[in-house]
Amino acid sequence: MARRPFAISRVTLAGAAALGLVLALVLGTLAAVALRADAAGGLRAADWAALRFTLLQASLSAGLSVTLAVPLARALSRRSFAGRGLLITLMGAPFILPVIVAVLGLLAVFGRAGLVNAALGRAGLGPVSIYGLEGVVLAHVFFNLPLATRLILQGWQEVPGEHFRLAASLGFSARDVARRIEWPMLRAVLPGAFLVVFLVCLTSFAVTLTMGGGPRATTLELAIYQAVRLDFDLGRAALLALLQLALGVGAALLALRFGLPEAGLGAGLDRPARRWEAESLALRLWDGLLIALGAAFLLVPLGAVVARGLQGLMALPPGLWAAALRSLAVALGATALTLALALSIAALAVLRRVPVAGAAGVLGLAASPLMIGTGLFILINPLADPARFALVVTGAVNALMAQPFVLRGLLPALARIEADYGRLADALGMRGAARLRLLWWPRLRPVLGFGAGLTAALSMGDLGVVALFAAPEQATLPLQMYRLMGAYQMQAAAGAGLVLLALSLGLFRLFDRGGRGNARL
Amino acid sequence: MKTLSFVAAMTLAGAIAGAAQAESPVLTVYTYDSFVSDWGPGPAVEAAFEASCGCDLQFVAAGDGAELLSRLRLEGTRSRADVVLGLDAGQIAAARATGLFAPHGQALDGFTGPVGWTDKDFLPFDWGYFAFVHDKGVVTDPPASFGDLIASDLKIIIEDPRASTPGLGLLLWVKAAYGARAGEIWRGLAPHIVTVTKGWSEAYGLFLEGEADMVLSYTTSPLYHLIAEQDDSKGAALFDEGHYMQVEVAGRIAGSDQPELAEAFLAFVRSPAFQKIIPTSNWMYPAFLPREDWPEGFAEAPMPAKGLMFGPEEAVEMREQALGEWLDALSQ
Repeated sequence: MARRPFAISRVTLAGAAALGLVLALVLGTLAAVALRADAAGGLRAADWAALRFTLLQASLSAGLSVTLAVPLARALSRRSFAGRGLLITLMGAPFILPVIVAVLGLLAVFGRAGLVNAALGRAGLGPVSIYGLEGVVLAHVFFNLPLATRLILQGWQEVPGEHFRLAASLGFSARDVARRIEWPMLRAVLPGAFLVVFLVCLTSFAVTLTMGGGPRATTLELAIYQAVRLDFDLGRAALLALLQLALGVGAALLALRFGLPEAGLGAGLDRPARRWEAESLALRLWDGLLIALGAAFLLVPLGAVVARGLQGLMALPPGLWAAALRSLAVALGATALTLALALSIAALAVLRRVPVAGAAGVLGLAASPLMIGTGLFILINPLADPARFALVVTGAVNALMAQPFVLRGLLPALARIEADYGRLADALGMRGAARLRLLWWPRLRPVLGFGAGLTAALSMGDLGVVALFAAPEQATLPLQMYRLMGAYQMQAAAGAGLVLLALSLGLFRLFDRGGRGNARL
Repeated sequence: MKTLSFVAAMTLAGAIAGAAQAESPVLTVYTYDSFVSDWGPGPAVEAAFEASCGCDLQFVAAGDGAELLSRLRLEGTRSRADVVLGLDAGQIAAARATGLFAPHGQALDGFTGPVGWTDKDFLPFDWGYFAFVHDKGVVTDPPASFGDLIASDLKIIIEDPRASTPGLGLLLWVKAAYGARAGEIWRGLAPHIVTVTKGWSEAYGLFLEGEADMVLSYTTSPLYHLIAEQDDSKGAALFDEGHYMQVEVAGRIAGSDQPELAEAFLAFVRSPAFQKIIPTSNWMYPAFLPREDWPEGFAEAPMPAKGLMFGPEEAVEMREQALGEWLDALSQ
């Protein structure tokens, strides 16, 4: 890349450093665990069954989440109504809640004693059990539909409004728009969205076990858990973690192959799009129905979480607020680190044409949190008291795991910017900080704001590795919530869950709004 | 930048804490997380011991019971621990095999459990029975055996033995009660199992939300509701086969730089001062407190007629076998 001689070194350096940190955290910790093993571990027959089930449930969950997200995102992209922004924010809630809180909310609707079965009972029908593969997929769709919807909605948002204007002046029907404008966009966005959801489901374990109804629903992450905790077979644990990483990298490479962004949509004036083709009454009703269904599916269980939590607010222990502050600090630190990592890696991937950097960047999602925690413990312990680094380590691991989400939105957006405006910027000699500030920042703001919000919220709600490290007085909010549950205080725990939900959503909304500015998304 | 200043703040806080405690000797006790939470015995235990020892008792929480042992194994002889509090009796063989522990040196007479305790390395500090807990208003005629449970139409929630201590307890319970017939019992139980959770909290939470009629917990669970919440609605079904016991033990580390303090702490663990804290904070039976001194509610609560338990080595052997049977029966 001789055309930007000054920028080369800085972009490459920052990208390589970020990538190096990701690889060190993922592979370095894995190596530390493997080296600490007494004997080379071998895989058992049950591990292959776990591999098969992991692949099956993650593919099904991701496939269904993305399939349902397309019509929902499309409906949201072409309608504006009061409360639309708030709805989009609230829809993100299931994804960022601690697993047990979200599962309890979901079961309040679909469980044996839930609303659905109560209604069926009144209609004289027997109770329906959702435990099993269908329960696993239901829960994963509940968690990931909002994320997939947002990632895909971002794709619609990035289609210049001029395209729709031109389509309207050419008399395009909704079908023509779908074929000529929307499908090419989806082709670029869908593989990435599928990949992210697939990776989230890949490492899922508590949800899978609980909703799966028993050991048939054993995932690789559970096998890793067993190898470390019950058998203390670190060699086998490292092998399983490697297998899980291989699945993640394989999926990432596939997504990369199918999802190469098309050569730019052409530059627009960044104006919100009016959708002339979709203004018929029938289409408006159809979109309204889709939005109502999606909102009900996501918000009714959330309502149950809020209702349970309100009863517990009175029972909150005083130490909870200190824990909440600690969680806030961790979340903000993780957010700053995530943005730096994702931006560096995306710049390397796009400007230096190293697409594999983008694929390597997603490693963080396929890594086993337990392995990273154990590995870091092995590495830190001989040098210093691990408890001293509990919060820093938690923040770093949160950043590692959230970074792929940011990267997923960032990569196509940056690629498009460079395809559309790169040459113009080069011709103007716009490089380094000026390019970042004048070209990237205004266009990446929504993606970065969303990414920052997601990271902050995820980090707030993640139990992460803090339990392995923390001194008693260093509890984060999720850890405090689990301690309440462990001490029979389910109601106070529900209250803590509500505080967590409010703080996470607040952070998410703050960053997301800040990013969107006046844009319509 | 935030991360950096954070590291600096943490290091500074650590240094200040270190300086303040330089004058008195420090006893480091590794335990599980819920022991030291605000609702566990930790705060009261620390205050009571520090009142007499002239030392600074520092708890280090290492996740749950299983993670506690993992952590010791990872640290090996470099461990800072002087005492480990809260290993499960089923982990004794593995803990002893690390070679890190020294004899506890405490008298074992007066152990309140139904089977005698003779282990010279690991001192029990509390114990309990696993049991299926139900709402007395919902389950009016609780089953009196696994056979009754299988014959009923009750739905249960259990914990996964691969990820949780109670789950492993149930596995050994069925094995101890039925031996070679354990697989058959599990096949009978399978249709009653609503779901299997990662840990006790998830299972108990789901039970309280009404997802099942019974949940695998402890005979002491109804006592929590009775004593802490004045709620008499929960009961624990007593089974004729007997109930598997959980015994929590403490041990001292041979390479400790505070051997006298560590011994003094174990003597304290056995004393009434510690034992009186246990029942209503850890919700287990105190191991060395005569039953007439148990708090109100504990002494009167119905007890299983028979306690079941494998020896340390036997427990490891049975675990492998029983886990295979469990997986077979529940994966069909």
